[in-house]
Amino acid sequence: MALKFPSDEWAKEYQSQLNSSEAYERAAKDWEGDFIFTVEADDTLPETAYLFVGLNHGKCTDTALVASETEREAEFIIRAPAANWRKVIEGKLDPIQGMMTRKLKLKGNMMKVMRYPKAAKEMVNCVSRVPTDFGD
Amino acid sequence: MWNFVSPRIVFGEGALDALDELEGRRALVITDKIIVQLGLFDKVKAHLDSTGIEVHIFDEVEPEPSVQTVQRGAEVALEVEPDWIVGLGGGSPMDAAKAIWVLYEQPDIEPAGISPIMDLRLRQKARLITIPTTSGTGAEVTWAILLTDTEGQRKMGLGHPENQADIAIVDPEMAAGMPPQLTADTGLDALTHAVEGYTCTWQTDLTDGLCLSAARLVFQYLPRAVTDGSDMEARERMHNAATCAGLGFGNAMASMAHAMGHTLGAVFHVPHGRAVALFLPYTIEFGAREEPERFAELAAFIGCSNEGGQKAAQALAGFIRDLCQKVGNPTKVAEAGIEREAYEAQVDKMVDDAFNDTQIVTAARTPSYEELHQLFLYAYDGRPVDF
Repeated sequence: MALKFPSDEWAKEYQSQLNSSEAYERAAKDWEGDFIFTVEADDTLPETAYLFVGLNHGKCTDTALVASETEREAEFIIRAPAANWRKVIEGKLDPIQGMMTRKLKLKGNMMKVMRYPKAAKEMVNCVSRVPTDFGD
Repeated sequence: MWNFVSPRIVFGEGALDALDELEGRRALVITDKIIVQLGLFDKVKAHLDSTGIEVHIFDEVEPEPSVQTVQRGAEVALEVEPDWIVGLGGGSPMDAAKAIWVLYEQPDIEPAGISPIMDLRLRQKARLITIPTTSGTGAEVTWAILLTDTEGQRKMGLGHPENQADIAIVDPEMAAGMPPQLTADTGLDALTHAVEGYTCTWQTDLTDGLCLSAARLVFQYLPRAVTDGSDMEARERMHNAATCAGLGFGNAMASMAHAMGHTLGAVFHVPHGRAVALFLPYTIEFGAREEPERFAELAAFIGCSNEGGQKAAQALAGFIRDLCQKVGNPTKVAEAGIEREAYEAQVDKMVDDAFNDTQIVTAARTPSYEELHQLFLYAYDGRPVDF
């Protein structure tokens, strides 16, 4: 069954996909740094949502739908309208190209993210395996 | 949405005369000591002198410049306060010039922090001119900056679209003195840019033509330029090929051969062009086993195979190995003067570093760790890729 995006259930399934990916585990074995993905309201989403994704040494330690960007401390925040997140999830927008063209706005150390391109790619591979309902 | 960025490009015989049009107070030329010894700095200075611009020089750029070098260069810039910065040389001085320019305009930025998403606001103090003296790097028209982290033995790919040069002066006379080995290494770098710019997943309609044209020029003119350095037609076409390839891959991306070549260069100090071209046929064979179409198109365009599919891609890999041999370059790591034991001891590190290179993500076929490990080993022995 497809899971509504963004939602707690969707985030938990994403966590499960990350934690079952050997490729992600190896690519991110040295990574330390949690994310908040801010899914901004637009024509496709009535209210802005905030997804916390805890990442440490190749494992996803926690995910949660939170109330704001400050409810949980995160080293990185990526903000984008819901329609752009959908493009990332569907593999139509490369997240690194998205950040370079400001379709996705990163708050945090870009160079740290750029040092883990394989991990970023595996995160997208994992997200593509989450059956997603965009509410169409 | 994507961007295509380019400086104004003045090219062909006599292009250096474009310097005579400049207006300004002071210029800081970023270069290396060999360029000074070859008299190339004097040529540039003579043009700048004719305009009344005061000329200063920072000639301490080493091959594969370090963060410390560009910091020293930035200190000089802050003292001199130029309104023109001129990157003169191969890729190292031009990349160093870009970084020095950024640090001169924004002294609070750490070199390692120069990234495409920051707000740079350059051109408040100076503008940048690039003048290549080799035909390969394409750095005159790209915004990428490659610096070496001397502690971590790895190369850092930095840069921001704003740190693209304002003017690139592509004058074949400036590259006419390259010895055959440097001509071969840099020419093969241009070929690798062209092939990877065309076949990477970030290629676009706007970059394809540049990459195809550059690849054909390299196959046609590199052997002539290596065999007879005084063949100015070959020199000029290779100089143009390098700039075309730079515009092509610089507005798309490079790919796996660069990721692998960067690590080999960082660990074993193999010149950049030699390293990336050495790996290129192996990455083509690997990629083409699942995604052969773009390689086959390129093979057809340069006239090496019309068979299509994987066969054409394999023919392209063979064509590139033949070119490497023709210009005296290695086609396997064992021929690059690296002992097997030393190489095998570093393969795990090279695999990790290659996966941490931004250019790996744009490969037509993404390798697993095990596959990349195998590729490094196959490239040592020169075995055609069969997985």
